[in-house]
Amino acid sequence: MSVTLAETPAPVAATSPALEAVFQAELAQAREPKWLADSRREAWTRANLDGKISESGIVVGKSDERWRFSGHKGWSLEGALRAKNKYAGKLPDIFAGGHPLDCAGKLTYADDILAAQTPVSAELARQGVIFLPLAEAIAKHPELVREHLFKHDHALGGGKFLALHQAYARAGTFLYVPDNVEVPATFFVTHWAATPGAALFPHTLIIAGANATVNFLDYFGSVNTTSEAWVAGAATIIAGSGARVFRKSVQNLNGHTLSYQDDTVICGRDSDVRNIAVHLGAQRARYESYSKLNGPGSNLELCALTIASGRQEFDQRTFQDHAAPRAKSNLLYKNALLDESRTIFAGMIRVEPGAEETDAYQQNRNLLLNPAAEADSLPGLEIQNQNVRCTHGATTSRLDPEELFYLRSRGLPKNTAYQLLVFGFFEEVIQRVENEALAELLRKLAREKFGK
Amino acid sequence: MPSLDIRNLCVSIGEKPILKDFSLSLPKGEVHAIMGPNGTGKSTLAKALAGHEDYTITGGEVFLDGELLLGLEPEARAKLGLFLAFQYPCEIPGVSIANFLRAASQARLPEGQEVAAVEFYKKLHGKMDALKMDRKFTARSLNEGFSGGERKRCEILQMMMLEPKYAIMDETDSGLDIDALKIVAQGVNLMRGPELGVLVITHYQRLLDYIVPDKVHVMWDGRIVKSGGKELAFELEAKGYDWVSKELAPSAKN
Ligand SMILES: Nc1ncnc2c1ncn2[C@@H]1O[C@H](COP(=O)(O)OP(=O)(O)O)[C@@H](O)[C@H]1O
Ligand SMILES: [Mg+2]
Repeated sequence: MSVTLAETPAPVAATSPALEAVFQAELAQAREPKWLADSRREAWTRANLDGKISESGIVVGKSDERWRFSGHKGWSLEGALRAKNKYAGKLPDIFAGGHPLDCAGKLTYADDILAAQTPVSAELARQGVIFLPLAEAIAKHPELVREHLFKHDHALGGGKFLALHQAYARAGTFLYVPDNVEVPATFFVTHWAATPGAALFPHTLIIAGANATVNFLDYFGSVNTTSEAWVAGAATIIAGSGARVFRKSVQNLNGHTLSYQDDTVICGRDSDVRNIAVHLGAQRARYESYSKLNGPGSNLELCALTIASGRQEFDQRTFQDHAAPRAKSNLLYKNALLDESRTIFAGMIRVEPGAEETDAYQQNRNLLLNPAAEADSLPGLEIQNQNVRCTHGATTSRLDPEELFYLRSRGLPKNTAYQLLVFGFFEEVIQRVENEALAELLRKLAREKFGK
Repeated sequence: MPSLDIRNLCVSIGEKPILKDFSLSLPKGEVHAIMGPNGTGKSTLAKALAGHEDYTITGGEVFLDGELLLGLEPEARAKLGLFLAFQYPCEIPGVSIANFLRAASQARLPEGQEVAAVEFYKKLHGKMDALKMDRKFTARSLNEGFSGGERKRCEILQMMMLEPKYAIMDETDSGLDIDALKIVAQGVNLMRGPELGVLVITHYQRLLDYIVPDKVHVMWDGRIVKSGGKELAFELEAKGYDWVSKELAPSAKN
């Protein structure tokens, strides 16, 4: 189904004619169903509201509490472009030389262009598992995609990024695992930023049916250490009744990249969902995590590990929304800060009136490895129900000299002792990925951040 | 004769003198006990010897087999063969016992040499069996969530793995029930021999029933006020620390 410009609803004047042209050209070329084209135009309009988007950036309001502590005011879009040609170089294999990852299917993108694909086995396909590039899924399963794509919006501050994402996102994954289908192996998707100046809008949509089991890994990386890039990605995870979904993401973009990442998790009745996010890369990275405990008895674990170095800034906003009774959520965000890096954590737990017997937990732990680094923490609670248990806390500390002495007294050189302690801080999260290949990769990436 | 030789050691915490002209010679191959009431400076002695930076050395010298110990980094002292079993071992989250001991063993090897994994685990499991520790402990974070007894056992495990020349055991007996005490003592007795000198710091005579010392020193207010054979421990147990304060301490000062 193609959409002609003649069907376009009243156009809104975009702040940037150049971006407008790219948007219209991609829209026309994609030949998407009308509902989707309409939704993209609407998103494009939202992104352009207030005239706050242009080639020179997305401006975030100074007075916007949701951006409090965030170091810079504008997110420059200058030079960001949509890659036209498939990246010609060789793409790295992140698991090379280590434990191989047991994959149920694989997708690899470079600059939002599909570069490689390993479909699911015939057996999984027979069971009804759909694992496709998003654009292909839109063409082949329009109704299924329509039910869930871009349906969830929230107000953690990154609305403009999300709108821009919704206007452009065609690269990424659609995963549908039907009721009662268990897939222990990992669906593994990689997004590479390759061409200098590329703008990427990777999307992940995971739908787990009742009692389904899903394991998923998103990896965001750069093919080199020098190219600038602009990445605005979003993932939506929808867990049906009793589903067990374990999603992991690793953001390891290079230090010239601006990264915006949005995760939305919807937990159905008695579902068990885990979302672990590891943040290592980018010059500035904003991560928003919105989770809705929609089904009674659902159980959610949110975990993040951030290693900030140089002058990196990681800005993390989380929201645990308890909308159903007897649900449990447990959030642990750990940040290690080196050099002159910054982290911001602002978390909120909301317990809605009907959410009896909620058990919600939120913890942010910062390890300051340099006095010039800075960690801000803003935990928050909003409880509209009496019969609940909610705890939250934030700690910022340095390495304990007693622990350092203990290790050194056993003969470990100061540097080794220091590293053991710092890596010990990471282990709590790394071990939770419960996957040896990924754990090994994370340890390797962490070592690289320490320059070895 | 090789020994750990502590000569006129003076140690302060901040401005406060804790060890006052403390002297003791521990010949290699012997086990000495130091007994003394709380607050007399036993842990201060142990930590100052191990090189803790909170303790200021204001006088004296320490030789380990003739080498100057004071002024060295804690890791250098460990490599010379000194080991301290801590009174309060700290928790190290995320660092497993196996990884930690492997790194500590690695640190003792010359550059370019690697700890052989198979032999390492064989040795580790052997020592754990001797201490009746569950092998699952190897994967657990060091001391994290351990009971008092488990921590002390883990200290002795480290000592057995690292094979020091001189070991200081700071109140290893406190917090142990009698069965754990016997196991720990058995571990130490296994290591006893001409290549090891042990300084057993304790509050009670009980431990010395199981680790029989060659010499006993009574400590009071930062110095040794009486030394003798193992029977001194019984005398102290019978007469109590009052005896030390009223009779031994005044005469030692003169
Ligand atoms: N970190 C410290 N800061 C200040 N005083 C201390 C510190 N550690 C120990 N002390 C003091 O030093 C003295 C000796 O303590 P310690 O060596 O622990 O004695 P013991 O081990 O014999 O019980 C005590 O008076 C104690 O209060
Ligand atoms: Mg003590």
